[in-house]
This record gives sequence, structure tokens and C-alpha cells, in this order.
Amino acid sequence: MDEARPLWATPLQFVFACISYAVGLGNVWRFPYLCQMYGGGSFLVPYIIMLAVEGMPLLYLELAVGQRMRQGSIGAWRTISPYLSGVGVASVVVSFFLSMYYNVINAWAFWYLFHSFQDPLPWSVCPLNGNRTGYDEECEKASSTQYFWYRKTLNISPSIQESGAVQWEPALCLILAWLLVYLCILRGTESTGKMEQLANPKAWINAATQIFFSLGLGFGSLIAFASYNEPSNDCQKHTVIVSIINSSTSIFASVVTFSIYGFKATFNYESCLNKVILLLTNSFDLEDGFLTVSNLEEVKSYLASAYPSKYSEVFPQIKNCSLESELETAVQGTGLAFIVYTEAIKNMEVSQLWSVLYFFMLLMLGIGSMLGNTAAILTPLTDSKVISSYLPKEAISGLVCLVNCAIGLVFTMEAGNYWFDIFNDYAATLSLLLIVLVETVAVCYLYGLRRFESDLKAMTGHALNWYWKAMWGGVSPLLIISLFVFYLSDYIITGTLQYQAWDASQGQLVTKDYPPYALAIIGLLVASSTMCIPLGALGTFIVRHLKRGDTASVA
Amino acid sequence: MLWLLFFLVTAIHAELCQPDAENAFKVRLSLRTALGDKAYAWDTNEEYLFKAMVAFSMRRVPNREATEISHVLLCNVTQRVSFWFVVTDPSRNHTLPAVEVQSAIRMNRNRINNAFFLNDQTLEFLRIPSTLAPPTDPSVPIWIIIFGVVFCIVIVATMLLILSGIRQRRRSASLEFLQISGTRESLTSLGASCLTSCLHGAPTSNL
Repeated sequence: MDEARPLWATPLQFVFACISYAVGLGNVWRFPYLCQMYGGGSFLVPYIIMLAVEGMPLLYLELAVGQRMRQGSIGAWRTISPYLSGVGVASVVVSFFLSMYYNVINAWAFWYLFHSFQDPLPWSVCPLNGNRTGYDEECEKASSTQYFWYRKTLNISPSIQESGAVQWEPALCLILAWLLVYLCILRGTESTGKMEQLANPKAWINAATQIFFSLGLGFGSLIAFASYNEPSNDCQKHTVIVSIINSSTSIFASVVTFSIYGFKATFNYESCLNKVILLLTNSFDLEDGFLTVSNLEEVKSYLASAYPSKYSEVFPQIKNCSLESELETAVQGTGLAFIVYTEAIKNMEVSQLWSVLYFFMLLMLGIGSMLGNTAAILTPLTDSKVISSYLPKEAISGLVCLVNCAIGLVFTMEAGNYWFDIFNDYAATLSLLLIVLVETVAVCYLYGLRRFESDLKAMTGHALNWYWKAMWGGVSPLLIISLFVFYLSDYIITGTLQYQAWDASQGQLVTKDYPPYALAIIGLLVASSTMCIPLGALGTFIVRHLKRGDTASVA
Repeated sequence: MLWLLFFLVTAIHAELCQPDAENAFKVRLSLRTALGDKAYAWDTNEEYLFKAMVAFSMRRVPNREATEISHVLLCNVTQRVSFWFVVTDPSRNHTLPAVEVQSAIRMNRNRINNAFFLNDQTLEFLRIPSTLAPPTDPSVPIWIIIFGVVFCIVIVATMLLILSGIRQRRRSASLEFLQISGTRESLTSLGASCLTSCLHGAPTSNL
């Protein structure tokens, strides 16, 4: 073991690091969406049950492994069993994929943050068209916030095949985001990160998934953090604290998000009504101010009966304004963060202030998650004697940031957002489930639950509660297996995968099929991390076999 | 006879100014939306002012300096308030081409709006698009300035951290070197004095 391993200054620092890692963008843009889709408050029931049965036990397992082995993910799993070195490598590969695309979100947050210091906010007004007689066509068809997101920020191409060039503005923001991450991890990994998920019908499946990914299990970040703990640290207490704070933040974020939805829905409903009133007033030359919200329905029926032909001409343009349909728009992910929230903010008083605060918050969440991620990659690298003998820590961090930044420039191209969605949906989901399943089974059955229990007792001084043993041994692995089977069958049944592309001429999203090479890359993403596990085992087996063959021939 | 002439004139006027007539424009005012409680009533005096403003705009067009208020005809005034108008030539038989009227109104739009305390949205000339004010574009976009500031801060902080790390490592490396070389020196002197004392059998004072 490494005697000179750096330690957290206080246990509190470790707790804060874990919280900062676990609380991330998913708490803000994924959990409220799930609540809305699966019955609001009643979603809390499966969520809390999954938290108790799956989230906390697995979190405790990862922290305990890290604290016991005192190494990053690769070293820790190799110590448990040499055949498991593949698990650590798989974790590092998944973390690598995540850090490639996740920092692009921070780049976008920076972009919006820098643009918040203007009056009026650039996403609240449409730009003028060529001869200055009206507004830009694409902006009219969509909305000013959508236009700013799809045209000004992403400059998105109509499909994934048309890659376009690297956009220098988001590229600059990406470089800044990576510089900031480098600055924070330069000296030591004292920060955190997180991740969020894909969608599916059943509420329980989603609760299980949300808890799983919300806590950031399987990336190796938690193992990395815990490896810097004093051996006598009470990680059981910290497990409970971190998971409860993570869940409370999700619930709090939902409350905020729902009030934002309500504000936006009310505002849109009222402007819809005003548009209908203006349309009717102009078409029938009614007195200005005669039509109000209260008498709208009666006047409409009067006009329909009194001037039927004219009314039928105007009728197609009259929208049916409904508060319910405005409230039902449920959005998650980048759409929620950058379109819905900005639309709500632009209608508030002192919108610049709210905009700056909001994007600063997004940045904090995102950078916190990034730091946890890079910790997962850097800790195994700095632990390895080979690499750390050649290069100092600063150089390794710099190299990792540079490589990730260079690859991340792909996501700043015109088709970059489509590739971002691919990585977001497929890079981590299946692989993580498999990794955590192997981790749980390995600790319980390969290393031995009794052996691990006595290790923990020797380390922390507390006996292991029967609850954790029951969960690790039986319930959690079964849950993960069922999640895994469900997702696999869902992917297979769905057949070709599709994506949403932005159509500039219509001003809305359209569904398109992925081209074959994109499907190949998706397959490669999933395979490259999951294959590490069997390949690692196979490699160790071959090496051992060769060694035994050598010693046998020598003797 | 006079009545006949009167009817003829009004008939001609009626023909010239009609909804969707050639060279006729529809105007729409939203007084209550613009002025709320302070909205004035739209009466014939206001119409007179309107005719005067249109005649004024036409007089500023070259070749049309002779336009009089009586050349501007209004018709179909509704409750909205909306109405149609045309501008006739001095002979009162033909209407002036729409293009001329359009350009005249566009050039003096601001004056016309101000005369009625309205703006482009509340005093609408249908078919005469108003030139929208372009957004003020500063020479250097604001976001680049803020980006530059944050970028420089981050670079400076990174450089400082890297340099302090290098300095720390050099200091600890030189400390180690001193320790090692110190030990070696004392060992060699120990060995030498031992040798001399053994050879000469005399006590050494350095140990």
C-alpha cells in the first residue's frame, strides 16, 4: 500500500466532495421530468424505496471498497481479484467517455452566462431579417429562445450526416471550461460530478435508474474519493448523509422547476389569449378594448352566428388556448435547461440578474460533476507506478484535459448536438449497470462477504449491519439484473434507433433514423467499455497460464 | 343642378376611395391599447389632422408639392378605429400610385406617429411595412469581453499553481539531496578517521 497517499483534511471535505459529485445537472433536469411523467408526488414512493434498497447499499459498497483498498478503481479491483482488473478499466473507459461530452454542457452554460450581461437578453428578441421589415423567418416559426439555442448557440445542421465546421464560439467556451477543470484538479482531486439518464415507460424502472445514476455509481469516482480516506473513517454514516442530501436536492429542484413551468405556462396562456383577441378585433373591426378575456367566448359565438362566412375564414387561425396543454409540456435535458428555463427567465423582472444566477448555478453543478469524473480517470493513472514515474501529476492532468478537449471539439461542430445526444444516451447506461453488477457480485462472492465484513470491522471499528449484508448479497444484484435485462430487451425490441433533428424551415424538431455509421459508433461505445471486463479476466488468465507453463518447464 | 354635381362628386370620390380599391391603403389605430384611459375619441377633427399629415408627407415628395388636404380621401371608418384612404392628384380624377404614397408615408412615419401619440404597432398602415429599428450592435460583442476576462483569470491562476508546484518540488528535491550528501560526507570522514586511528593507533577527536 502507498504510505504517502494524500488524505482529505477533514471527513467533512470528503462528504462535501461526494455531495458535489452526486448533486449535478440530473437533479435539476431529469428528476423533475420523471416526477411530472409518473404522477407527481406519487413518484416519490418508488424513488424512496429504490433509494433504500438499491442506492444506499451500492453507494456504501463503493465507498467501503475504496476506503479499504486505498486505491483507485483499477488497483482496487485488481486487489480483490486479479481477474477483475477489467472492471476498473471499464470504469475508467466509461468515465473517459463521460468527461468527453459532459464538459460541453459547461461550455454552453458559459456561453449563456456571458450573454446574460446584455439588455435585452439576446434570446428574448428575434433578430431582424435582411431588409429589416420583419423578423428572421426561422425565429418567427419557432420561438426566440429556440432560435437562440438551435441557431446562435449550436448552429445546428439539419441532420447528423451534415457535420459542418467547428464553431469557434462554443469551441472557445469549451476550451475555457477545460481550463477551469484543469485548474481545479491540478493539485489534487477534491471535487465531484454526476450524470443523468435515458427514458423509459415504467415508473419503478425509472426510479431505480434515477437513483442508480444520480449517485454516480460505477464510474470509479466514489472509489477514488474514498481511497483518500483515513481507514477508520465511518463511511456508513457518510453514505446515508450523501444519499439523503442528493435526494433532497432533487426534490427541492423539482419544486423550483414546477414553479417555473407554472410561470411559463401562465405567461404563454395569457399571450395566446391576447393574440386571439387581437386577431378577432382586427378581422371584424370591433372597437379596440371591447374584447376581453372574460367575454371572449360569448363574442366568439356571437360572431360565428352573425358573420358565418367571415368567421369561417378566420377560424383556422384561432388557436385554442389552454392552460392544461401548456402545463403538459414536459421537457428534460438540455431542452429544459436552455430553452424552457430561458423562456421563463426572459419574462421576469430584472431578467439579467436571474439569468446570471441560473447559469452560474448550472456551471457550479456541471463543474462539480466534471471534477468527480476526472478524479475517476486520474486516480488510477497517478496510482500506477509506470506512468507516475515518468510524468509529474500536473502533466498527467494536463494531458488528460488536452486529449478530452481535443475530442470534445467534435461536439462543437454543426452536427455536434446529435453526437452529444448519442453519447448522453448510450455511452454509460448499459455499461454502468454491468460494471456495478460485477462489482457487487465480486465483493460478495469472489472476495467473500465475511472477509469484507471483517476487513471493515477492523478498519472502522463498527460491525456491519445485517441490512447492508442482505442488500449486497441478494436484493441489489437481483434489481440490477432485472434493470439490465429490461433495457437490453427494450433496445432490441425498438429496432432502429431514431433521433430528433432540428428542421430550420419548419422551425421544429423532426424524427430521423440514425445512419449506419452512427449505429456502429453506438455499438462501439457500449462494447468498448463492457468488453473490458471479460477481456481483463481473459488477459489475466492467459498471463497466469503462461507463467505457470514457464515455471513448470523450468522446474 | 347643384345637387347633381354634388352627387357626381361624391360618387367619384366614393369610387376612388373604397376598401381594396386601387392605390388605397387601410389604416388601423389602437387608441385604447396605446393610451389606456387617456385615449381620445376619434372624430372628424382627428380625421382632418390625419389628412393633413398625409398631405404633408406627400408634399415632401418631389413633383407632389402641390398636394392639398382636400386631395386625401377617407372612407369606411369603423369602430375599431380603422379606415381606408387614397390620395388623388390635383384633377381629383385619378389616385396617386401606391408606390409613391408608400415611400412618402415610410419616410415620415415618425412624424405621423407622434402627431397622434402612437407608435408603429398602434398606428398600422397595412401594406406599408415599417422599418424596424436594428438592435444596437457594439463593435466588440459584450460576451467576448467577459470571456476574455474570465479566460485571463483562469490562465493566471493555473500558471501560479503550476509554478508553485515546481518550486515546491525543487525545494524538497534539494533538501533530500542535502540530506543524502551530508550522510555520505559524514560516512567518508568517519571511515577515514577510523582508518588513520587504526593505522596510527591515535584517538581521533572528530568523532
